[in-house]
Amino acid sequence: MNIKIMLRIHGWILAIETVFMIPALAIAFFTEDIQAIYGFLGAMGVAIACAALMAFMSRNAKRKFYAREGLVCTGMAWIVLSLVGALPFYISGRIPRYVDAFFEIVSGFTTTGASVISDVEALGKAILYWRSFSHWVGGMGVLVFFLAIVPASGRNDGYMLHILRAESPGPSVGKIVPRMRDTAAILYMMYCTLTVLDVLFLLLGKMPLFDAVCIAFGTAGTGGFAVTNTGLGGYTPFAQNVTTVFMLLFGVNFSIYYLLIMKRFMAVIKDEELRLYLLIVLASIICIGVCVFGRTVDTQNLEETVRHSAFQVASIITTTGYATVDFDIWSSLPKAILICLMFVGASAGSTGGGIKVSRVLLLAKNIKRNAHQIFHPHEVRIIRMNGERIPEQTMINVNGYLGAYVMIVIVSFLLLSADRANFSMTTNFSAVMATFNNIGPGFDSVGATRNYYDYSAFSKIIMSLDMLLGRLEIFPIVAIFAPSTYRKG
Amino acid sequence: MRIIIAGDGKVGHMLTRHLSGEGHDLTLIDNDPSALETTVERYDVMSVVGNCGSMETLRSAGVDKADLLITATGQDELNLLCCMTAHGMNPELHTIARIRTPDYMESTYTMRKLFALSLVVNPERQTAREIDRLMRYPGYLKREKFANGLVELVELKIDAESPLDGVPLHQLTQVAHVQVLVCTVVRDGKAVTPSGDFVLQADDHIYVTGAAKNLSLLLKNIGIATPKIRNVIIAGAGGTSYYLTQLLCRENVNVKIIDPNRERCEKFAEAFPSATVVEGDVSIRSVLDREKLSQADAVVSMTGIDELNVILSLYADSLKVPQVITKLGRGENRKLLEQLPIGSIVSPKELCCDTITRYVRAMGNQAGSAVSIHTIANDQAEAIEFAVEEGTKHLGEPLKAFRLKKNVLVASITHGRNIEVPNGESVMRPGDRVVIVANGDMVIRNLNDIFA
Repeated sequence: MNIKIMLRIHGWILAIETVFMIPALAIAFFTEDIQAIYGFLGAMGVAIACAALMAFMSRNAKRKFYAREGLVCTGMAWIVLSLVGALPFYISGRIPRYVDAFFEIVSGFTTTGASVISDVEALGKAILYWRSFSHWVGGMGVLVFFLAIVPASGRNDGYMLHILRAESPGPSVGKIVPRMRDTAAILYMMYCTLTVLDVLFLLLGKMPLFDAVCIAFGTAGTGGFAVTNTGLGGYTPFAQNVTTVFMLLFGVNFSIYYLLIMKRFMAVIKDEELRLYLLIVLASIICIGVCVFGRTVDTQNLEETVRHSAFQVASIITTTGYATVDFDIWSSLPKAILICLMFVGASAGSTGGGIKVSRVLLLAKNIKRNAHQIFHPHEVRIIRMNGERIPEQTMINVNGYLGAYVMIVIVSFLLLSADRANFSMTTNFSAVMATFNNIGPGFDSVGATRNYYDYSAFSKIIMSLDMLLGRLEIFPIVAIFAPSTYRKG
Repeated sequence: MRIIIAGDGKVGHMLTRHLSGEGHDLTLIDNDPSALETTVERYDVMSVVGNCGSMETLRSAGVDKADLLITATGQDELNLLCCMTAHGMNPELHTIARIRTPDYMESTYTMRKLFALSLVVNPERQTAREIDRLMRYPGYLKREKFANGLVELVELKIDAESPLDGVPLHQLTQVAHVQVLVCTVVRDGKAVTPSGDFVLQADDHIYVTGAAKNLSLLLKNIGIATPKIRNVIIAGAGGTSYYLTQLLCRENVNVKIIDPNRERCEKFAEAFPSATVVEGDVSIRSVLDREKLSQADAVVSMTGIDELNVILSLYADSLKVPQVITKLGRGENRKLLEQLPIGSIVSPKELCCDTITRYVRAMGNQAGSAVSIHTIANDQAEAIEFAVEEGTKHLGEPLKAFRLKKNVLVASITHGRNIEVPNGESVMRPGDRVVIVANGDMVIRNLNDIFA
């Protein structure tokens, strides 16, 4: 394995993280938050020192880079990023235990939004900003950002494709333009534009500027950290509706936006994943709306019912995890629908988590084919999506992904159930679902109005791993722990 | 530039490596997804699976915005169809087609407009020409022309008996009695830029620049015999052999072609009445002995099998045949094979890529950019010709007054018809042609890139 090139990439990542901390530090200075200033300066010092050391150790790195390095590098980079990103919380003393700080920042970078803090307003503006900003970076991916800014170099840049593939969600990741760097830059450009639009609309909805920026970061990354203790329930209905729309927008495959820019509208309208995604959203909103209409204090009239059920559906399917109402008090069917939406997740190539709509679509098509083949064993059938043939290898990968997904859910569920806090089955299962699918709030003791503080340190590490596994789609993290990674040859 | 390459075979792959390294945006088309996957993992390019002759595929490859299309699929007809279709879709598009079938040569050259071709590349004919050029001056393993043929760069191998064995480069002029410059030495497969203290050894491959006449003088002075070639044996009756036989017959050289396939032999016998065509298997030694391999002035191994070519050349070398030329279809093992005494190596694939790359460079030619570029020393170094312009830095200063980048060498300066082997006192003036040799991975595309 080419350790040196990996060190160099890690050095870059830490340097980028340091730069990302500068606005938070500025806010800390502006709000005269001495502890936060120490927190950020300390973290930046550590990051710079590590980055310098890594740059020094990788002076004469060779450029050879294969799938194995790409996977391990991506997995490691996210862990290193989180280890350093947790330092401002810890050094400032706002989150006294390092494990909690680590859980919080992993939750941030993986755009989960699961928190260990009950009084978020006490964190201070600078820390809150950093928490929300971690969503924004984690949404599109810090390595993709690295690819967008890394200086164009030598001949064998194709190896970097492994990084893009490891970090971007979906069954088949490709470039949208020939150059890797341009691809990454276009992705970030669209991401920034949508985020800025979101901020502007939220400001129109009378949201304060700081809140608007942080909420937009959380929406863009489909994260879910709020900046007030009341979540999003405290903002105007207009701001809530804006957030609903933008959550759904960020749950769409970004190549759809590229097609729109290229004026290929027919391809957009005919996109099967987009159609299924919108269909699921619409059906869920109607079902939940019918179930909760008039049943709770928040859903007395039609406007409130539609607003709240649409918000919750958008929030869960895109794996954001904002809440405007406590959906834990809803009846069983709406909650069951939300659990199902947790499984499905957002579209491939978006910033959301979960299994992804396109994988669900492919799995459904595969089941249909298998059922058909029982009666017509000799018929040759090809699975298509958007009219194009899906290679059998992709189908094998999708099936394999589902297998690994189920295993991880089961093992994590068992491990969390062993926690000495002895939470209910619903709590533990929804905690696994909410962290592994990068959603945030679960049900019962980890519901929309509660948090993850009471879990033991061990359980928090398990859930942190689950969040990373979910965000990076399992294999980059598995690669770090697989013995074959370290074998020679 | 936006370039589409149709066909991800040997040539397609090599072009991808060169052109992607030079900063062009590439899109590859092939109907084999696994071949494309390998390429996409190695190079920063985009791929489209499909038939390159269909408008559908060309559209998804972005032909409407492309500047150049290069077709290098295995089928000539498909290459032509692809170029015509693409040109119909985008009249601004430049097209390059690789055409190998001799029967199409005339039509593609005379009807280039009709086929919408900007350039036709025939690797086999090019290879034949290259071999013909090598045969006129046996002793050179490779030969490249610069400054309209005034300056040449040649590759020589130093034998154990050579007077150059053990000579440090600063004494080269005293030993060889001629002004030339050794710009690159390949020792044990690695290319180095030698300094004055560098001592030459047997088995080194050296790349020498100088005036064409000085180089032939060099051959004479260091005792590399250059007899006139009269009898040539060509193994294999393929496309390249066809073009080579055509050229050699015109020069009244006695050509003997050996091929195991009766049909091909008959075709050659029909086309070249003055040549001797023998049906026989060159992998059988008795056949070679019967055909008097040892008495040939030159042996060209050009069967379709690289391994057989190498063995045959080794045998010819052991029989002390003065000139041995080996064709290699695959480039990968070249570094290994270069160590063996198999004479000059020619690779149609490389020649074809060089031609296309040169065309691409000419398309994107701006002020100060390279006039021509040749890869030497198994792709480890480049010899680049530049025209010195008003914008060039350090004009009129002697070379010793400023520093060049590491592993970069000014190999020759031509003022008008006056060729100079540069030393510390040499100066560059506007209008001069200079040849730069750069070793290693650095990409030099502008004369001002050479300064440190």
